[in-house]
This record gives sequence, structure tokens and C-alpha cells, in this order.
Amino acid sequence: MIVAETLAPRLSEDIIESRAPAHIKVNELAIYYGKKLAVNGISLSLHRGKITALIGPSGCGKTSFLTTLNQLSKLNNQVTVTGEIHFDGENLTQNNVDLLSLRRRVGMIFQKPNPFPLSIFKNLDIPLKEHGFKNRAERIEKIENALKAVGLWDEVKDRLNTSALSLSGGQQQRLCIARALVLEPEVLLMDEPCSALDPISSGIVEELISSLRDKYTVVIVTHNLAQAKRISDYTAFFWTQNGAGKLIEFNNTRQLFSGPKDERTAAYISGIKG
Amino acid sequence: MGALSFVCAALLCLILGFLLYESWSLVADGRWLSFFSQTGWYPLEGLFGMTPMIFASLVLTFGSLVIALPVGLACAIFLEFYAKGWVKKSFQSLLNLLAGIPSVVLGLWGLTELVPLIGQIKAPGTSVLAGAVVLSLMILPTLALTSYAALTSVDRSILAGAQALGLTQKTQILAIAVPAARSGIMSGVLLASARALGETMVVLMVAGNVVQMPSSLFAPVRALTANIALEMAYALGGHRASLYVSGLLLTIIVWILAYLASYLFNKGRTVSHD
Repeated sequence: MIVAETLAPRLSEDIIESRAPAHIKVNELAIYYGKKLAVNGISLSLHRGKITALIGPSGCGKTSFLTTLNQLSKLNNQVTVTGEIHFDGENLTQNNVDLLSLRRRVGMIFQKPNPFPLSIFKNLDIPLKEHGFKNRAERIEKIENALKAVGLWDEVKDRLNTSALSLSGGQQQRLCIARALVLEPEVLLMDEPCSALDPISSGIVEELISSLRDKYTVVIVTHNLAQAKRISDYTAFFWTQNGAGKLIEFNNTRQLFSGPKDERTAAYISGIKG
Repeated sequence: MGALSFVCAALLCLILGFLLYESWSLVADGRWLSFFSQTGWYPLEGLFGMTPMIFASLVLTFGSLVIALPVGLACAIFLEFYAKGWVKKSFQSLLNLLAGIPSVVLGLWGLTELVPLIGQIKAPGTSVLAGAVVLSLMILPTLALTSYAALTSVDRSILAGAQALGLTQKTQILAIAVPAARSGIMSGVLLASARALGETMVVLMVAGNVVQMPSSLFAPVRALTANIALEMAYALGGHRASLYVSGLLLTIIVWILAYLASYLFNKGRTVSHD
């Protein structure tokens, strides 16, 4: 009876969680640099419209995993990936994936803001042109909407033709998010998007990421546990084991932080280890 | 080390001082202004109109840039984005080899092979076109290697961002990498113009040495440098001083170009690493 009572709320929560459909399903993923195993044992579902945080100490393969989701890992020809990443009926670890259309659907934000050293306008216009938006009026409208979505429009509308490098770090990062949003992706990958920013800009960007919930499936690498707790719906905890990264625990954020199942997770989130 | 650099600086000052000293008789009484106002170059009769030769030098330099810049940029793009391993190494050493060919050898080739070919289209063959083509061969390595250095110094994270947006390699190169490297490329252009402007032997051998305004690509012309070389042996008095003035003019222009080049190159470095 007591057992049933304590299980009941958890069960119902699990049922609710399972209703959020998996957008990307990862199965037994392992990543090798050359012959060396870098990360393994990654099996998890990234739920549609939810924010999933990847946490864990440095060097445990969070970013490596992130870049397999848009196949940017292919930039480094030392990297090989085994296992499965199912995205809309396609297995991304196969070789015949159309990278250009995949990357249109899966946007990425980097740790250091990396706007093109061109005008603010061109930063958003070049990707649109590339993906076949020939009508200039349509592009202008999309650019305005994307800049509004990241709260940058009022700050830059009078100087769209000035260099993106004249913006502050926080503004640059929001511009990079706008640049990803302008292509209307389904998934957004973020690699510690706030870590290079000052606290105020970081707060603004974090709020912005929160506002992306429901519209986009967001996967965010963060070293800031408080941030993961604040903004994410699900959390995946990575840890280094025998010299290689490993996914230790994956759960909805509240449960992972309030009742971690693995003792390493418990030690990490309480600040004892890592 | 310090003493050697002092000797070097002192030599430069001596050269400048010598040029000033030798041309002073014309500069002091303002007669050098007649270089630009008089129409003919009859130094024995006191007519020192140099405008046709100044124009010839500029047109030859500009022409060589028009030919060499697209080719040099293409070489740089090939080296940075396409060539790998031994192909890259041997291509680079070919460019260095081309840079090391003595100009008199290039001039000889121009005179015996290129000039007769152009002569078949329009006599006499020694012409603006012949001069520009051989000069372009001379400045090609400078343009290619400085553009390559500029492309290499473009922040890799910018290109990773471009790839994450699903941009094709063509767009990454032409719309992002080349504009991002523009100040470095521009500094190569300035260095190359300084070299082309100061080059004497090639233009002396293949450009025709007729003092006249360059009216067409096939017109024989005399460059300022060639003029000094041709007449120094027998020039006396004002004639001799006028040659020194043109030498002074060339030196100052080349120094300004070189200074601008290094300024732009450094500027490009700081911008792309910000």
C-alpha cells in the first residue's frame, strides 16, 4: 500500500512524459576519434518541443554527441560514429544523408558567438538565399521576424547594414540564434551558448532559449547546473568512465535532480564530484 | 641585431637623402611641376612632360592586376580549401619557384614568345598587353600566397557556423571566407602593385618604350622605370635631375603602398580573431 502510494505520482508523471513524442531517437551511439573510443552507450529520445540539457564534466563527450546530431562531426575525418540516430525515419549515421537539408532542419548555436564578419543583414540573408528564397521581400520579412524572435529587432533595425562584429557579445549570440531561426529549423543544438557571455547577456539569452520551448526541439550542452535545472525539461548526465565518455542517466529534469538513480549523478549534481 | 637593423634603417635614409639631393635642383625651383603640365618628353630641349609615362606605369600595373588577381585568388582558394597532402605542398613550392624566377628571364620569354604572338594580331607586338601579361606572371605568386595566408587566418569557427547552416562549399568560400579575408587580400594587391610599379626589366623588354599615352592594349608604351634605365647613362644636368625626381616619385609611391599593405594585413588579423 505504501509502495503503491509512493509509486503512483511517479507513474502518472511517466505516462504524461511519454506522451511527448520522440523527435530524435538515439540508439547505442558510440563515437571514435581515430581508433580511440570517445563516447559510448548513448541511448535516449529527444522529445518534440522540449528542451533537453546535456550535463557532465568537461571532456565527457557532450559536444561530440551534439555534433553528431547535425553531422558536423563529419568536419573531422578522424571521427567515426556507430549506432543509430533516427530522425524522421532516416538514420543519420548512414552515409547517404543529405547534409545540406539536414542542417537546414537542425540548427546549431556555438559556444563562442560566430557571426559572419559581414553586415547584420547579410548574416541572415546568405542562409536564406542559399536555401532557395529568391524573393527579396520575402527574405526581408523573414529576417525581420527572426530578429524580433530573439529580441534584437529594436536594437538593430536602424543599422542592418553595419558589421555584425560591431554588436556586443550577447547581441552577437542572439544574432547567431536568429540566423539559425531564420531557416525555420525543427531542432536547435546549443553548445554552451551562454558560457562566453557576461551575466546580464547570459540571462537574456537564457530567457530567449526558454521561450523557444514548444516551437523547437532544443538540445543544450551546459556546465551551469542551475541553468539546466531552470530551463530544461529533460537532462542527460554524461561521465567519464575508463577513459571514455558515457551516458550515465537520462530522465526528466525534475526527477533527475530530485532523485538521481545513479550515485555518480547524485555526487555530480550535489557538487561533490566533477 | 640592433646594430644590423640600424644599418638597414640608415641605408634607407641614405637612399632617400641621395634621391632628394640629386633631384633638388628641379624640386627647389618648382620646375618639377612641368612634369605634369608639359606634354612632350624632350629632355635635351628642356621639356620634361612625364604624364604619358606615369600613365603607362599605372596602366601596366592595373592591367597586370586585372589578369593576376582572379588567377591568384583561385590559386589561394585551391590551396586552402581543396588541395591536400603532397598536391598542396608541390603547388605551394611551384608558386615559390615562380616567385624566384629572375625578371629578366620572364622578360626574355615575353620578348621571344609572347611579343611575336601579339604582333600577329597587331604589330609591333611590344605593347601594354605584353607588359601586363608578363608582369602578371611576376606578381601572381605574391597575390596567391598573401591571399592564401589571409584565407588561412579566417576564424575556423565562422566556417563551422556556415557549415552548420547548410551552406554549400561554394557559398562558404565566395560569400563568407573571401569577404572575411578581404583586408588581407587587399594588402596582397597593394604589395603586388608596388612590385609591378617598380619592375623595370620586364617592361623595358616587352612594353615597347615609346613615350606616348597608352591609347590601346596594343600600343607600345614606356614606363617610368624603363625611362630611368634607358636614359641614365647619358643624362646630364636638368635631364639627369628629372630622372632622379621620377625615381623619388616611384620610391615614395611604393613605400606608401607597402605601408598600406601591412596596415591592412594587421587590421585583417585583429578583426578575424576578435
